[in-house]
Amino acid sequence: MQPTHRSNRILQPAKTWFIHFSLLVALTLNYVPTGRLVGVPDWVAVVLMFWCIREPARVGMGVALVVGVLVDIGHGAALGQHALAYVVLAYLASAVARRVLWFPSPQQALQILPLLLLSQGIMVGVRLLAGAEFPGWAYFVSSFTSALLWMPASFLLLLPQYQPVERDENRPI
Amino acid sequence: MSLVGHSSPPVFNRGPSPFTRFLVLVSICLVMLVADLRFRYLEVVRQTLTVVMHPVQLIAAAPVDFVRDATVYFATLVEVQLENAELRRSQLQAAQRLLRFEQLERENAHLRRLMEMADSVGVKSVASDILYDAPDPFARKVILNRGARDGVTPGFAVVDTDGMIGQVSRVYPVQAEVTLLSDKNQAVPVQVQRSGLRGVLFGNGKGPLQLRFILEGSDIKVGDQLVTSGLDGIFLAGLPVARVIEVEPDDDGFMRIMADPIGRVDRAIQVLVLGRETLPPGRPDPRTATLSGPESPLVEAGGPAEEQGD
Repeated sequence: MQPTHRSNRILQPAKTWFIHFSLLVALTLNYVPTGRLVGVPDWVAVVLMFWCIREPARVGMGVALVVGVLVDIGHGAALGQHALAYVVLAYLASAVARRVLWFPSPQQALQILPLLLLSQGIMVGVRLLAGAEFPGWAYFVSSFTSALLWMPASFLLLLPQYQPVERDENRPI
Repeated sequence: MSLVGHSSPPVFNRGPSPFTRFLVLVSICLVMLVADLRFRYLEVVRQTLTVVMHPVQLIAAAPVDFVRDATVYFATLVEVQLENAELRRSQLQAAQRLLRFEQLERENAHLRRLMEMADSVGVKSVASDILYDAPDPFARKVILNRGARDGVTPGFAVVDTDGMIGQVSRVYPVQAEVTLLSDKNQAVPVQVQRSGLRGVLFGNGKGPLQLRFILEGSDIKVGDQLVTSGLDGIFLAGLPVARVIEVEPDDDGFMRIMADPIGRVDRAIQVLVLGRETLPPGRPDPRTATLSGPESPLVEAGGPAEEQGD
């Protein structure tokens, strides 16, 4: 695996404990009580999408469901609301994974933005059907901050997989 | 190897296709949503998982708690002096009323004994702080720093110094979630203090509250104070809730009545959780009711609480 498909650096395989650890950290960040602050990024969605795109065989919709339920618990939201949004997110992320990885990080962020918006739209739809009030358009700002977060997040999450550049005369790459 | 085609060798076999798995998981989510939103079946699951995730929540809340404590610590001297003066003044007023209140309560108990009436409802109160707004942006809820361990029970009223601000809707071991009066799904049975007219006050999400189902021509006018009626068997009677700001006839035979909450719904910090010591007796069962006769269920319902309904 390379950082992007155009790169010629070879990465080490991702460690399972690191995947779990990063999801737990994202969950903790999602639990931070920010109240009515507008545009707080959905950390879990970003990390989940990162692994769904990077490791589609190891992180997929099952993980998304479990993490989604845990976010619902922490937010006091309807049980299944984030789970549903994250399952859709994971499915679409693994569908676009092969294409997205051809692009540099900023363009990747542009491509995942519609998916994030869609997942938020699903949550709004579910809650409006259940009779909740519309939270206002500012609710969707969160998708944009999450997409901005994609660039630093994908850099940080890839760091453990980089190996030092060793120039070897006998090896072409 | 089947006769029709050839199945893929086990090396490539990865279980059901992604789309099948997607459909299965989405249906699981939908079932969960319906079970939770419509039937409230999943409260046990929610409570259990909350206990499991509590350490993570503590870690997450630590920086926010720290910032809040720090702002309190660095409050300026002037602010503290002002607040102190204000508190002394209100303490003095409260003391006067308390003296009279104690005397009235003795008198009330005495009169009730004389009239052979049932004792008035015991009150349970828990002082509490509002920690922060609940993260769910679809509802108007706040989190209190007292929970089941301190005796908070779902359904209790939450009041600040001026009036009612909400109702406890979900209780965790050390925290409780309060649905504010302004929440769209929050309803409070109220009574007009001046005329005794009863109605139900609904939240509107934003802006003032709405008193619904009051017939046109009823005795209500701008400035009337609405207090809890206690008819629901959950709230204590007589808590100030809102003041009427607008009374207009509507097309459908009812009146359009808007009211502003008296308590500081969006700004309160210190609150009191108030509830009944004992739950009221359950509703009389219509199947066992007799149409006439001395043992009508209404008589039993007025007695002290023996069996507790839902």
